[in-house]
Amino acid sequence: MTLKLMTPGDREILIERRFAAARPQVWRALTEPDLVRKWLLGPDGWTMPVCTIDLRVGGEMRFEWARGDARMGLTSTFKEIVPDDRMVATEKFDEDWTGGETLVTQSLHDDGDGTILRTHILYASQEARDGAKMSGMTDGMEAGYARLDGMFAAAA
Amino acid sequence: MAAAALKLDETFAALADPTRRAILRRLAKGEASVSELAAPFDMSQPAISKHLKVLERAGLISTGQDAQRRPRKLEPEALVIANDFLIELRTLFDSRYAALDAVLEELKTTGATGD
Repeated sequence: MTLKLMTPGDREILIERRFAAARPQVWRALTEPDLVRKWLLGPDGWTMPVCTIDLRVGGEMRFEWARGDARMGLTSTFKEIVPDDRMVATEKFDEDWTGGETLVTQSLHDDGDGTILRTHILYASQEARDGAKMSGMTDGMEAGYARLDGMFAAAA
Repeated sequence: MAAAALKLDETFAALADPTRRAILRRLAKGEASVSELAAPFDMSQPAISKHLKVLERAGLISTGQDAQRRPRKLEPEALVIANDFLIELRTLFDSRYAALDAVLEELKTTGATGD
């Protein structure tokens, strides 16, 4: 199924994706640590040794990923929780690649017998969004677009 | 900026084709007419025109004022926005969500105990 990635505003990113499961199942996969650590990974060989979720407003979510000697961590604080429907949290990576906290809203929407997961990310500033880097996690993730041959540089 | 608010999916689809990337590289050096763009490719003008339409819809190029020549020119802003970070982010989420598909499939077959 196709993922849609949009930039509705200068500080925002919106990601939409449909899943062939009902909302309560998708909610579980987003909030139960044993399920989250199975999918919230990097593309190749990252593991998630730490995954704790204190699912209440004001509660924290802590993720740590590892691959070889590389480590990265993310702490989130829940601002709003509506079970099977939406959660809002502030997020900050340990190494702050995102230029300050981001405000992340994940909402679930019925779509026939499936569910659309909408992830809205609000960055501290446009510079923060455009300068954000996934750092180590995407190293070696040379998608097909790597062949763009410095076209961006030529066009700038 | 609002005008570019954005057709990222169309932009990525447009960039995925090597001929279209070659056209963009040519236009990065300056505007060109359809026949000038077709010249280096072993392709008919209608085939090139099709590629140009895809690029224009994606906001990557525009058609200039000159009614006779109808030169195409690059719209660099669309490229700047479709930057490396967004490509990386998209690829990362694509891979995560494929894994999430598998988790959800497993939940179904093992009989979800929740809700």
